[in-house]
Amino acid sequence: MDIKKETIASLHEKLANKEVTAEELADQAITKINANEKKLNTFITVNDKAPEAAKKIDDEGIKGPLSGIPIAFKDNIVTNGIKTTAASKILYNFMPVYSATVLEKLEAAGAIDIGKTNLDEFAMGSSTETSFFGTTVNPWDFSRVPGGSSGGSAAAVAAGEVVAALGTDTGGSIRQPAAFNGVFGIKPTYGRVSRWGIIAFSSSMDQVGVLSKRVEDSAAVLSVMAGHDEHDSTSSEKEVPDYRANLNKDMHGVKIAVPKEFWHEGTHPEVLKSVNEALDAYKKMGATVEEVSLPTLKHAVEVYYVLASSEASSNLQRYDGVRYGFRADDVKNIKDLFVKSRSEGFGDEVKRRIMLGTFALSAGAYDAYFKKAAQVRTIFINELTKVLNDYDLIMGPSTTTPAFKIGEKVDDPLAMYMNDILTIPANLAGLPAASVPAGLADGMPVGLQIIGKPFAEQEVFNAAYALQEENKFYEKVPTALKGED
Amino acid sequence: MNFETTIGLEVHVELKTNSKMYSPTPVAYGAESNINTNVIDFGFPGTLPTVNKNGYRLGVMVALALNAEIEKHTHFDRKNYFYPDNPKAYQITQQDKPLGHDGYIEIEVDGKKKKIGVEELHVEEDAGKNTHGNNGYSYVDLNRQGTPLIEIVSKPDMHSPEEAYQYLENLRKIVQFTGASDVKMEEGSMRVDTNISISPVGSDTYGTKVELKNLNSFNHVKLGLAYEEKRQAAILKQGGTIGQETRRFDEKTGETFLMRVKSGADDYRYFPEPDLPDYDISPEWIAEIKANLPETASVRRAHYINELGIPEYDAGVLTDTKEMSDFFDEAVEYDANPKLVSNWLMGEVNAYLNDKRIGLLETKLTPEHLAKMINLISNGTISSKIAKKVFQETISNGTEPEEWVKSKGLVQESDPAVLEPIILDILDNNQQSIDDFKNGKDRAVGFLVGQIMKQTHGQANPKVVNKILMTELKSR
Amino acid sequence: MISKDEILHVATLANLKLQDNEVDSFVSQLDKIVGMESKLSSVDTTGIEPTYNMGDTNSVFREDKGVRTQTREQMLENVPETDNNLIKVPTIVDKEDDE
Repeated sequence: MDIKKETIASLHEKLANKEVTAEELADQAITKINANEKKLNTFITVNDKAPEAAKKIDDEGIKGPLSGIPIAFKDNIVTNGIKTTAASKILYNFMPVYSATVLEKLEAAGAIDIGKTNLDEFAMGSSTETSFFGTTVNPWDFSRVPGGSSGGSAAAVAAGEVVAALGTDTGGSIRQPAAFNGVFGIKPTYGRVSRWGIIAFSSSMDQVGVLSKRVEDSAAVLSVMAGHDEHDSTSSEKEVPDYRANLNKDMHGVKIAVPKEFWHEGTHPEVLKSVNEALDAYKKMGATVEEVSLPTLKHAVEVYYVLASSEASSNLQRYDGVRYGFRADDVKNIKDLFVKSRSEGFGDEVKRRIMLGTFALSAGAYDAYFKKAAQVRTIFINELTKVLNDYDLIMGPSTTTPAFKIGEKVDDPLAMYMNDILTIPANLAGLPAASVPAGLADGMPVGLQIIGKPFAEQEVFNAAYALQEENKFYEKVPTALKGED
Repeated sequence: MNFETTIGLEVHVELKTNSKMYSPTPVAYGAESNINTNVIDFGFPGTLPTVNKNGYRLGVMVALALNAEIEKHTHFDRKNYFYPDNPKAYQITQQDKPLGHDGYIEIEVDGKKKKIGVEELHVEEDAGKNTHGNNGYSYVDLNRQGTPLIEIVSKPDMHSPEEAYQYLENLRKIVQFTGASDVKMEEGSMRVDTNISISPVGSDTYGTKVELKNLNSFNHVKLGLAYEEKRQAAILKQGGTIGQETRRFDEKTGETFLMRVKSGADDYRYFPEPDLPDYDISPEWIAEIKANLPETASVRRAHYINELGIPEYDAGVLTDTKEMSDFFDEAVEYDANPKLVSNWLMGEVNAYLNDKRIGLLETKLTPEHLAKMINLISNGTISSKIAKKVFQETISNGTEPEEWVKSKGLVQESDPAVLEPIILDILDNNQQSIDDFKNGKDRAVGFLVGQIMKQTHGQANPKVVNKILMTELKSR
Repeated sequence: MISKDEILHVATLANLKLQDNEVDSFVSQLDKIVGMESKLSSVDTTGIEPTYNMGDTNSVFREDKGVRTQTREQMLENVPETDNNLIKVPTIVDKEDDE
């Protein structure tokens, strides 16, 4: 069976009809992951206990839509009894004794945790190159990055290792790799999904989401894992719809806003072409497309890097070598233990962000950086809210270019940060946003970004579904993997 | 040159809750190492705080008891610093908008009443505990980590160690009577940091602040501050300057020693806690907490004096601690005579506590048992002599007095029909004593009573015995 | 925008030590990034409330019930060194703040 051609629904049918067992699905997934691993490096840890868990599902009988379906989890999602590292040396040996709410909910629905995918260290990056466990490569071109930080999850889905994988998105970490790998990825509204058990990067922006080849699969997974959680005081009490059952590709009367600032000067022409074609398709489907302006977008990267780094600097202080994770040797005293464990345990990008954030919060800089950025965030949120009062959706490219070459930007943090300009707005405002494949540029996938009103995940899914049914991008096989299977 | 002293106090009080401030782990004093911890208390990756409603409620209660304004719209903040007993390397506190502000505590020194301002109060979480070995290692216990605290920051309104002492005494009493905390310095549920500066009388600027630590009792606070006053004055008189420093009080010598010189302000990088939403404290909730505030010590004292007829001094002693006052109230509720309950508490009970050096709640005495015992005396069931035995038994072993008295046959015999034959019999056998009595030797009565008591194993009601005996003696 | 001294001070606050050979590259990179962030100063934020947290919730409290969610054994599983159920660490030099 070729997982690339399957959906959660088709697998469910086969499981229900006993054409395949959950244990076989888990075995197949592990075999495939292991076969690919040397070239792709999508996983940090494969869950050896997955077939056993799947057998239990078989024995109990296939029940709900996710029952027996293997799903991959980004390795910043805490899993009881399975090593969870955030791709950092400082957590290289960390064995959690509790699980993230998303994992508990999915497992309660019968989903099988197949393993933990690679990411940029602590989800800080756009290329998966900062992982302590090595770079994941793009299944479309092994010389290119899969994007990040959820690069492992995106590449695993693109390579057909799993139908769906969980990612986290703080500044575009689901949408950018989804775009780079030619898959669908959604970051829900802030508060839609519990953050309990998600290794924190930026608490006011982190959100868990899903990546999958097909829109309907992410819709199915999100419905199960969303909802209020008493462990997370910022999680919303709003009811969770059945997104997949409510999928509707009718775009008549849907009002789409296209911010002119999204047409960034550095944007790759073929990216623009694909996105324009997608917008034309929506028009043909009966939607209206109008240009709007987000004048404060030019400050979004600045706001994001101040706030996300500030929160991160505090969130990452707990990694001190005392209670878990990496502890440095040859230390004279406690201060020495803190400094050595942290200096040896964190990679350069994480250190940069910690220092940026520590600076922005420090006595002399707080007002000019942290507070100022928080104020500009308010201005920007107001701009977006105003647009969304008049329109149903905001659209534009997910990224300015297709996947770049490995090593191309790793020494130029600022250029790397500028990558995020198109995805950051949804995080700053907590809005639901997705990337759906829109075409190819230089033979590499291009994503269309769809941003919705708060808690309007359904409308985002619907629009993505409409485009998917139009271009059937999911039928394409990643170039570098052609001829395999 | 004469100097004026300025003192400000920061008091941390542990709130009496079932669970921690930001995690559901149970709170217990003196538990086994690291037993009361979970993934939140250990600062595990991916954990998030949740706010204990009762912890916040108790905080508001203390604020109201200290006459403070309650902040209606607030949020939590992170205070960032690295220390092994601070697992997240930040403490969740309320820096920006403390839950209460602008309260006061009334004190009386040398007959003069004065209000000491309370700048602000906020809830926060306690740290764990470190211990230090001689082997190059330290050890961390996170049981205390996350215990709810309220920090009460005074205005620099105190001008003598005695005022600081009175402020602390009254603060302790006020907080204790709200029931929000045990406020025990010896168990660390109340901790005091002090700031003291002195400046020439009439000067319009404060002197350099010196912080005093390791103050384990109110007395140490007073002694430490008094020492500092003198030390600083001596330096200034010699033309020296006071360093901005933290000093440690040594209880053996009564002196203070330099711990560290403060090098500029620590940079705690406070910022609003993004893992928690904003908090709106509704006026309805505040009103409800206010309406349910337990009576203060002074209200109770007035009630004892005016309605229960307890003498002023005694009422003061009874309301010195909440446990004593609660005990008294409960015993009175069991229908014991308030005056008698008060006498027993102030007399026998206090003597027992002093003798054993323990607190009231550490004994096995219950208000119900004390009330029953007092009622056994009042209704003549036992003599006050027997009562002392009963008291020892019930306070040491928690024995129910009524049943014990019965089972031990200690019930007093007051029935003349039972006593009269015994008395007559004894008189018949002691003609000498009757003669002595007739000859004016009152001693003879004592002897006769002794015989009767011996015969009745001490259970004869002395009043009844006396009455029968005298009537009989006079008639013979 | 940000000097080498400031960066070293920030590293101290963050309990990080930069190797001698990496200081210069950190300084130049952070200087560029802080320079980018400084463009925020051109935005007029007079009277604008800052946004510090997100979500649609407010005043979320937990009821005060004591619940044990992990055992001590579980909690100590990841601790690099323990002694008598305590977390063992190299000596604390600055003992002043201990109660």
